Amino acid sequence: MATQIISWISVFILFLATLSFLITQDWRWSLAALALLYLGVFWLTQLHWTFSMSAVKLVTGWMVATILGITRSALDPELDTPPQHLSWSQGRFFRILTAVLALVLAISTTPTVTALLPGIGAVEVTGSLILLIMGLLLLGLTVEPLHVIIGLLTFIAGFEILYAAVEDATLVAALLAIINLGLALVGAYLITANAEENQEKNR
Amino acid sequence: MSAPLIWIGIPLLLAPLLWFIKRGDIIAFFGGISALFLSALAWLIPINTAIRITANISFKISDSIEILGRQIIINPEDQSLLALLYGLAALWFFGSSAAYIARRFVPLGMTILALLIASLAVEPFLYAALIIQTAILIAVPLLSPPENKPGRGVIRFLIYQTLAMPFILFSGWLLAGVESSPGDIELLTQAAVLLALGFAFLLSIFPLFTWIPLLMEEASPYAVGFILWLLPTAVFLFALGFLNRYAWLREYPQLPNVLRTAGLIMVLTGGLSAAFQRHLGRMMGYASIVNMGFSLLSLSLIADHQLSAFSLLLIPQALGLVIWSLALSVLKMREKSLDFKNVQGMIQRYPIIISGIIFAHFSAIGLPLLAGFPPIIAIWSGVAKEEIIAASWVAIGLASLLTGAIRTLAVVVMTDDEDGWTLNGGTLQNILIGLGIFFILLLGIFPQFSYPVLSNLPSAFRYIGG
Repeated sequence: MATQIISWISVFILFLATLSFLITQDWRWSLAALALLYLGVFWLTQLHWTFSMSAVKLVTGWMVATILGITRSALDPELDTPPQHLSWSQGRFFRILTAVLALVLAISTTPTVTALLPGIGAVEVTGSLILLIMGLLLLGLTVEPLHVIIGLLTFIAGFEILYAAVEDATLVAALLAIINLGLALVGAYLITANAEENQEKNR
Repeated sequence: MSAPLIWIGIPLLLAPLLWFIKRGDIIAFFGGISALFLSALAWLIPINTAIRITANISFKISDSIEILGRQIIINPEDQSLLALLYGLAALWFFGSSAAYIARRFVPLGMTILALLIASLAVEPFLYAALIIQTAILIAVPLLSPPENKPGRGVIRFLIYQTLAMPFILFSGWLLAGVESSPGDIELLTQAAVLLALGFAFLLSIFPLFTWIPLLMEEASPYAVGFILWLLPTAVFLFALGFLNRYAWLREYPQLPNVLRTAGLIMVLTGGLSAAFQRHLGRMMGYASIVNMGFSLLSLSLIADHQLSAFSLLLIPQALGLVIWSLALSVLKMREKSLDFKNVQGMIQRYPIIISGIIFAHFSAIGLPLLAGFPPIIAIWSGVAKEEIIAASWVAIGLASLLTGAIRTLAVVVMTDDEDGWTLNGGTLQNILIGLGIFFILLLGIFPQFSYPVLSNLPSAFRYIGG
């Protein structure tokens, strides 16, 4: 019973984390939410994997957040100021509404997906679907490298929760961890690409 | 010594070593020579057969290597495929010096090639999706140099290719279920749908190809050309692996129709879009979409033609892309833009380079006497035998691509400059493109020259190779 409660709390954390990706423009909040997201992923994964195997996801996720954070913080502070173009009426309200719709979609699809995949509970499916849908939503709303990478990581995290229930090979876990880290490194590369020129222009 | 160590391990070790060389032309030379050496090795040295050097010394290349409990297997039947891939990669590596991107291109290109070969050789095959994803991540620095702001094209490339991985992995899991209960129609349909979605993302099936023209505009045409050659080729071979492995999949009644429809859409949308382009790079991007459409059409003919139509496409498409992208790279470096208004009358200044673009374009259409003609006419007639309306759609696609070629030709010869003709471009650039044109003509007039390379390719796929 306690496990079930913690699991549903994890799902709620996943939703909050992905919601914050959509509404915040500050990279610090986004990366903090990403670190929180991997806590939820860890909990939902350990329902099927051993604690130590699931911990790989948590450690990888935090490493990913760290790589992106260090890269972003190394840029010119002048570039750090979040863009102010989103007003509540124009942007955030729309994004919150979309996120709520995504949540409703995830919850309504859960029974169908649970029926398709034997041995997986509603809680993992809900958490996974939230991440998959919100990841896609994020990818559709931005072209900024950091947010694109966060969107991809969110989508893959959603897939990893589902996949953990059906595949427990160590090598798959290792390769998925490599891909997560690779995405973070690609993100770091894309964030810093042309950064020097931008900094020159700002001076 | 094992085959995976030679054809996957050595390139993976060599790639970082090439970073240490400062001069681009030396990197291109070493990269090209290494690829050529690996190609020759695959062609000449048999796997799993003892080779006697002296009376007392002999050696044998084993076919597999074990990594963390999983196997990477390169069978003797795969050798002609390896020879072809490394041989064509050698062309790209040699050409990178003329495109002035060898320092980045050769190490990254060699790593991507080795990883994609590993993806074709890994057992269980579902790991392939993860290795392909790693190769895609490595392709990003190749497509977006550090001095440029990443554009929308590279971002879309990363998104679309990454989204493919979960679908392929999940379908792999479902396919294991199908193997144990082949009568479960629902499971079979789910596996087929997920597999189709995964390959749609990987092969940039309509409408997922939007990254191609965008990338052609914003990145080095040579780097994009390499990815447009290598990635679809590896993914098609990966798809053939699925067809070869699963009898239910290759006997799936809707499969030829699905492949034909996807191919037709690619040929038609790529061709029609090319007809209206005013940018030489985007034009090549759309032509490569038509190329992929023809590969899909060739797979739809597997029941009657096995892999003959598909294998025929491999060399002409690669040759066309390498010349086309090299010519565009040179032009972009020297003239800064590939817009029609910037390349007007360029044939007088760059006669060989512009000829390279025109010949490659005409070869992609399948004009007689050019390398693309034999495979395209074979596929077209194969499609016509199946469904005449489908063949008419192919005709519309090709006519549209031809319109693009004629528009390009009209623009590059349009000049009121009375200065006459000059031969611009580097010596190496002109020689390489000139050689490319020669080979496009040679393979068009004597297509049988490619037969020794292609004849053993189908043996890699026992059940569909014929």
